[in-house]
Amino acid sequence: MTPPVRPRGMRLAARQALWAYAFLAAPMAFFLTIRLAPAAAALIISLHRWNILSPEKPFVGLANFREVWTDPLFWQAAGNTLRYAVVGIPAQLAGGLVVALLLQRITRFRGLFRAIYFLPFVTPIVAASWVWQWLYSPQFGPLTRILDALGLPTQAFLRSPHEALYAITAMVVWEYLGFQVVIFLAGLQAIPRVYYEAAAMDGADGLRAFRHITLPLLNPTLVFSVVYGTILYLQLFTQVLNMTFGDPGGPLGATETMVLYVYQQGFQHFRMGPAASATVLLFGAILLITFVQLRVFQTRVEY
Amino acid sequence: MMRRIIGAGCLTLVLAFGGLPAAQGQQPVTITYWQYYFESKVKTIDMLIKQFESRNPGIHVVQETFPYDSYNQKVASAVPAGQGPDVVNLYYGWLPQYVNSGYLQPLPADAFSTTQIEREYVPMVKAAKFDGKYWAIPTAVRTLALFYNKELFRQAGLSRPPLTWDEFTSDAQRLTQRDSRGRPTLEGFGIAPDGQDHQLIREVLFRQWGASAYSSDGRRVTYDTPQAAAALQWYTDLVTKSQVAVIGFFPGGNGYRDAFVAGKAGMIIDGSFAIGSIQSSTKFDWGVALLPRRTAGGTPSNFGSFWVNGLTRNATGPRLAAAETFLKFLTSPDTERLWLAQVGEIPADRTLAGDPKLAQDPVYGPFIASLAYAHATFFVDETAQRTVMLDAINEVVLNNTDPRAALHTAAAKEQKVLDAFWATQAKH
Repeated sequence: MTPPVRPRGMRLAARQALWAYAFLAAPMAFFLTIRLAPAAAALIISLHRWNILSPEKPFVGLANFREVWTDPLFWQAAGNTLRYAVVGIPAQLAGGLVVALLLQRITRFRGLFRAIYFLPFVTPIVAASWVWQWLYSPQFGPLTRILDALGLPTQAFLRSPHEALYAITAMVVWEYLGFQVVIFLAGLQAIPRVYYEAAAMDGADGLRAFRHITLPLLNPTLVFSVVYGTILYLQLFTQVLNMTFGDPGGPLGATETMVLYVYQQGFQHFRMGPAASATVLLFGAILLITFVQLRVFQTRVEY
Repeated sequence: MMRRIIGAGCLTLVLAFGGLPAAQGQQPVTITYWQYYFESKVKTIDMLIKQFESRNPGIHVVQETFPYDSYNQKVASAVPAGQGPDVVNLYYGWLPQYVNSGYLQPLPADAFSTTQIEREYVPMVKAAKFDGKYWAIPTAVRTLALFYNKELFRQAGLSRPPLTWDEFTSDAQRLTQRDSRGRPTLEGFGIAPDGQDHQLIREVLFRQWGASAYSSDGRRVTYDTPQAAAALQWYTDLVTKSQVAVIGFFPGGNGYRDAFVAGKAGMIIDGSFAIGSIQSSTKFDWGVALLPRRTAGGTPSNFGSFWVNGLTRNATGPRLAAAETFLKFLTSPDTERLWLAQVGEIPADRTLAGDPKLAQDPVYGPFIASLAYAHATFFVDETAQRTVMLDAINEVVLNNTDPRAALHTAAAKEQKVLDAFWATQAKH
């Protein structure tokens, strides 16, 4: 009597799964090394007095955290970073949505417009930042000419402690608008047209259709955009450094961001301990905010 | 017979090769030199290395360069990694931090004696002295001077550059051009708090107004005084009262120099390191003058700075002797002469700098004349100390803060920076 033959299908699936795990292991190892190991190192550094130049790096417990916690510049940077996010994210979302809705209505040249809106996203950030400095120049910039033509008073823009932050936010919104438009276009196209047709038959006009069909069904796209935007604005650095190059962090710290603070502590003053503690605090803040956002936006809309 | 031939052959071989001088059995020692990328400096070092290697066949020198903006970070991150060069080029203002870290070796006293250095080099070199020892030596030094646009001066009816700061203000007022809304389209003075002006305030204006920035041991901030506030007031009045200057007129790190070269700033205060780029880019007639004084016969003062070459702790064993020889060569009068011709920087050697031909040069003359009274600030954290002064200026200009109050806050902030540094020093 021959023993029963095990069905070959099971072993094949198991073998394929094994191959999948094997192939996944390589990028996973890479990811762990590149992303998690430095993060763990930052945590360790934050507990030591770590000057790049000094051979002695004694353990100091929470002293770095205490120092950062009592530094007024740190809190200014934290407040500024939140302000960047609170102003920039809605502006970016609203702008992106409006443009995407408009683009959806046209058929001719849609690709061309999409490309034009996307251009700022592929422009080198540093080059764009330097050109924008000139755009904002109260002496030579075209924005001032426009203000003159409208009879409005001259603004100092980047030289004003009150306006500089918003001036930089405007530049960042300009930069990411195209990206937002493309994301929203994709999200809008995923909404089946039957819903609009049904709504039209029930007599719902454009605005009501927008509120009750478009927005709810765009929820996944909105969640993604808000989370992406939050991480972007909470980590804002390159644009700020380049637009305030002679005096990084803007006049009197008005444009200082958390990451810029970390950079200055670690790479200009060579004090890695406080820099690492600021990074750990920033990490905690982003983690908390992202967690809250995902909870709040986690409504699945099905019709 | 055969054995004799073989024996003779062996003997010949032994005599031929055994009698060679021992030196040819040595490998050449290779040492590394780091500096930031600046075309004329890099080319000059290449020339110098060729000269040096032909005179010292046992030594091979490799030059490595890095972009200017990240040079300090590059050197600093090489320290804990135990990497980096044997001979390193540093800004003198970074010396205290690098000495503190143990990265540099003090210069060997036999080849570089303190008395010899202080006798042969211009006075400002004392800023490279730390703990009673010299840790690095400059090849060239820089001072500040007034660059002015001769054509704009002629058009404004000004026959000569200003001699006092009051003349400076009134000259700037005549040079400034405005549009229909009163906004300057051409500024009389290319003000630059983040350029050289913060150095100007500390080492020139404070001194000329009877104040001082730091105590003689460099440990205390001493500009929280009415005299220093008056100096700061004079400076900020250029923006707020006489309105002959606009901060950020041309955006960007060296905007003030760009504005001058574009003919949009009548005068700037800049270092001798700017001569090369101003010479090559400017299309109008320009001149250089001594920095003005507070009164016609008053105290002259200037800010001097320099880049130094030092030995790192990587230079050990045979490389140490080779590095010392190279360092001596790098800071010799012949090298300084070549440096002046190729890079355009003033020699650090007193005799060379005192060359009468150089003193009469219309461009170099004012810089040379300032060497005698040029002070090099002792920085413990140049970025932090610079930001403190920038913030004080911005407080007065943007927030209308009283200069005395602004300096009071600045002094407290800067004292914290100094205290933090000297506390780590105390442990050594």
